[in-house]
Amino acid sequence: MTVPALEACHLKLVWEDLAVAEDISLHVDEGEIVCLVGRSGCGKTTLFHALAGLEKPAEGTVLLHGENITGVPGRVSYMLQKDLLLPSRTILGNAMLPLILRGIDRDEARARARDLFATFGLSGTEDLWPSQLSGGMRQRAALLRTYLMDNDVVLLDEPFSALDAITRVELRRWFAGMARELGLSALVITHDIDEAVDLGSRIYLLDGNPMQGSVSHLIAEAPVDAQDRGAAKAAVGALLGLA
Amino acid sequence: MHPSHKKRVVPAVAVASLLVMWQAACLFGLIPAFMLPSPLNVMAALLGDAPLIASHTLTTLAEAAIGLAIGVVLGFALAVLMERFETFYLAVQPLITLSQTVPTIAIAPLLVLWLGYGILPKIVLIVLTTFFPVAVSLADGFRSVDRDIVDLMRTMNASDLQIFRYAKLPAAAEQFFSGLKISATYAIVSAVIAEWLGGASGLGVYMTRVRKSFSYDKMFASIAVISALSLALMKLVGLLEHICIPWKQIERIES
Repeated sequence: MTVPALEACHLKLVWEDLAVAEDISLHVDEGEIVCLVGRSGCGKTTLFHALAGLEKPAEGTVLLHGENITGVPGRVSYMLQKDLLLPSRTILGNAMLPLILRGIDRDEARARARDLFATFGLSGTEDLWPSQLSGGMRQRAALLRTYLMDNDVVLLDEPFSALDAITRVELRRWFAGMARELGLSALVITHDIDEAVDLGSRIYLLDGNPMQGSVSHLIAEAPVDAQDRGAAKAAVGALLGLA
Repeated sequence: MHPSHKKRVVPAVAVASLLVMWQAACLFGLIPAFMLPSPLNVMAALLGDAPLIASHTLTTLAEAAIGLAIGVVLGFALAVLMERFETFYLAVQPLITLSQTVPTIAIAPLLVLWLGYGILPKIVLIVLTTFFPVAVSLADGFRSVDRDIVDLMRTMNASDLQIFRYAKLPAAAEQFFSGLKISATYAIVSAVIAEWLGGASGLGVYMTRVRKSFSYDKMFASIAVISALSLALMKLVGLLEHICIPWKQIERIES
């Protein structure tokens, strides 16, 4: 049996004394894009913080290629809905930031980042400021920065939901192709079922409402048949009670 | 009129018409000359006493520059410490706010009493008035950084120093320059107030001398110089801001 790229085992998540989620076990295989779907407020972001090592789960472990990384930040890359580009740095300066933070020589960092601008569809934006880019382009720049964190597992928290509908579809198709090309394994949070079936090879459904006292659980794991995404969409909708 | 022209022309016309009305009021004897000299009289006094005023101005400028430099360094250090240590913030914040409620005018004679008639009481007074806007604007600026950016940088294994340098310091830059503009004008005014209470040279010293000889035209001339110095310093800070935070200019143009 192969070891998954990322695996969460029986996580229990607590946020400010509030039990958010229990018994969360999921895995992302190498080179796979998996989506996590759930309503707002069900604790998706708390789960991501735990997976990214920003917060230690109350119980359970997070494994990266079989290695225990529970509570250790910096081992998996993390990107949010907001692009969070630093306004004080150019696009190139933002992209190379993870390299600079690791103490890599500036010239080398600049050269490495520059080489990837074409792959990420960012050619010509190197010396622009973030405020000069459209939302879609800013998100591409944030993805490039995430990629340069040099981890093969990336966590994306609603990466495209701030974009207009057309850019969103365009960007997620592009992302799926690029992730395959670069051999990334990704776990993507989304509340958009279309996006989940379009992007993921599997979908986890997280349900619950911690603020109302019902702790979230993973209620289902649905495979997506690439030949029949409509069926997957219907199945997911039914599981969430939308049918 | 083109909007960008309008922004320059309207204020200039407003200032010019005020000066013209003032000149007219003096010319037609509405206000006696011994009470309020006309703008032209003030100009004549300024030109007539130019070499003397220039030498006094240099003293005031030197005091302001030294005091402002120390005030900025002190304000910066305080803001960094307040950002870094919560306890320090809680302890010091009320004290520095309290320090600003003490009127400059009231504390200046005490400083002269304690520190004499030399340059020291002037510098101390300027430091006291200039560190505050810098410290407060920087402390607010550091706090304005997006929490999510800090979290994101932690996932990149950034150290506290790196988070400070790449995220917090740039986030505070704009507010820092707003504070610095205020401090720059405080520096000149505080220097003059300190000089009123005694000293060998400086615009404040010059002002007290001409006041005693009832040369109100020269009084107004020194006031005009003080205003001009403050404006020039603010302009200089604006220029510095333009150079130090180029991304803000772009954001303004984009929006």
